[in-house]
Amino acid sequence: MTQATVTSAPKPRLLTLETTLILIGIIGLILAPFYFYPVFLMKVLCFALFACAFNLLLGYTGILSFGHAAFFGGAAYFTAHAVKEWGLPTELGILVGVLGATILGLIIGFFAIRRQGIYSTMITLALAQMFAFFCLQASFTHGEDGIQGVPRGYLLGFIDLNQPLNMYFFVLAVFLIGMFIIWRIINSPFGMILKSVRENEPRAISLGYSVARYKLAAFVMSAALTGLAGGLKAIVFQFATLTDVSWQMSGEVVLMTLLGGIGTLVGPIFGAGLVAALENYLATSEFPVTVITGIIFMVCVLVFRRGIIGELYASRFGKRLESKPDN
Amino acid sequence: MTASLNDAAFGGGQSSPGASGGQDSRVVLSARGLRRDFGGFVAVNNVDLDVHHAKVHALIGPNGAGKTTVFNLLTKFLQPTSGTITLLDQDITKTDPAKVARMGLVRSFQISAVFPHLTILDNVRVALQRPGRLSTQFWLPMGSLNRLNERAMELIEAVGLQDARNHLAADLSYGRKRVLEIATTLALDPQVLLLDEPMAGMGHEDVHIVSDIIREVARDRAILMVEHNLKVVADLCDKVTVLQRGEILTSGDYRTVSQDERVRVAYMGTEHE
Repeated sequence: MTQATVTSAPKPRLLTLETTLILIGIIGLILAPFYFYPVFLMKVLCFALFACAFNLLLGYTGILSFGHAAFFGGAAYFTAHAVKEWGLPTELGILVGVLGATILGLIIGFFAIRRQGIYSTMITLALAQMFAFFCLQASFTHGEDGIQGVPRGYLLGFIDLNQPLNMYFFVLAVFLIGMFIIWRIINSPFGMILKSVRENEPRAISLGYSVARYKLAAFVMSAALTGLAGGLKAIVFQFATLTDVSWQMSGEVVLMTLLGGIGTLVGPIFGAGLVAALENYLATSEFPVTVITGIIFMVCVLVFRRGIIGELYASRFGKRLESKPDN
Repeated sequence: MTASLNDAAFGGGQSSPGASGGQDSRVVLSARGLRRDFGGFVAVNNVDLDVHHAKVHALIGPNGAGKTTVFNLLTKFLQPTSGTITLLDQDITKTDPAKVARMGLVRSFQISAVFPHLTILDNVRVALQRPGRLSTQFWLPMGSLNRLNERAMELIEAVGLQDARNHLAADLSYGRKRVLEIATTLALDPQVLLLDEPMAGMGHEDVHIVSDIIREVARDRAILMVEHNLKVVADLCDKVTVLQRGEILTSGDYRTVSQDERVRVAYMGTEHE
């Protein structure tokens, strides 16, 4: 008797409202390039994927990395180099970026998960800075100049990515695939263990979980997906520079995630959109961008700590969405 | 009805029937010459301990006597400075804590250890996932965990939390959190349970519930518990070890120990009985 009530718990009803919202969002993204500047939208999508990949680690495993720029910018360099110098097709070039970021994630993660809290964060920062220095010195990155003029090429050999709309829909497709992977990881048996580690690490150990392995796996997955975003960005903007491996980039992704809502699946998308929009529109005004984003960040932390989407979930409307911040 | 539920939840393990019920039960967990230094301070010194199958063993002592440190050493959350620990005839002195848990030694914590932002059902399921081999699959949907529901609900019902199964653990009262923790621990079907102050901060009714659970569980498992409530200890425990300043003062059944003059002075003082 009880089993029946458990298995038929909340499933069927709540899906409708949530899936409706997701569908509206996807339709919005499909229509968006006809109303907004596609390059700007593609930038938002790249950063959104970056922030969501970062959130997989911060929001669902409880590890704060301050070195994600290494994966983002690193993948951009690898992809740019593979496409421009080796002449690889675009999709393979992006895979090279992902692979590079995965290896970097394995190395940095291996050291970072050995410690907790601030120490772990500092290790990620230190190693990412070392990588940034390597990028400054190495010859293939062309130092201060970066890799310029990366060809967008043809997707699958026949879809011309120099057409803005083709490029946009390619980016959107990669973005949606990335989001699906993140969603799947979070809502899987593995994701459940990650959440338990986030909630209470000693308890997870006492239940027999070798926590370090789960943390490393999450770290590497996050790095790989960050690499996907980074590689994509290199193709969109046709260059890879030191900006993307700098520690400011690591800070920016923390900001995006916090603004949108830690531990919510879609929060970082909104955070990334907000930050990118601010940068875009303030770039031409006389207001200094960093001051404005700094103020917004402080207001966010002081007034709505859960972030935009986090607050929405906590509100009465969000309660109707039922399934809390994806816990 | 409750009795049969308890049977289903606790008696369902694969413990060897031949060993249980015997009078001279075997030693499942033992420590020899356990010592732990923190800098110059010796927190635990020369502790010998034998925990028997199907017995409840209490570890008591004044605050700061080193009870929790002993727990941390036995479960390998702390590495002993010297001494050896044996679990089910295997030396675990150098084994890591997760491995020790997988071998069948599971602990609870002094401060209630639940996963606060997971539901009651998920709390128990997380424990069931590992023996159910459903912990690394990042490609499977959440629904794949539903096959653990039946067992999870058995455990949840056995501790009387069924009405709250879809609530977050954070919303439970303190006593019910502890009960949930016990259900989670039992989900692993451990051979040896280490309970760190399972009754601390509980109301009367909850103490009774937990006492009953512990008694039930101890029928075919070994239990070592730290407890301050001496009434509970007198009631529940087959053996008592008194710890003082990191060393064992005395050990034996409750009557013997409670009449020991040194124990009265060191610990029980005047207020008991």
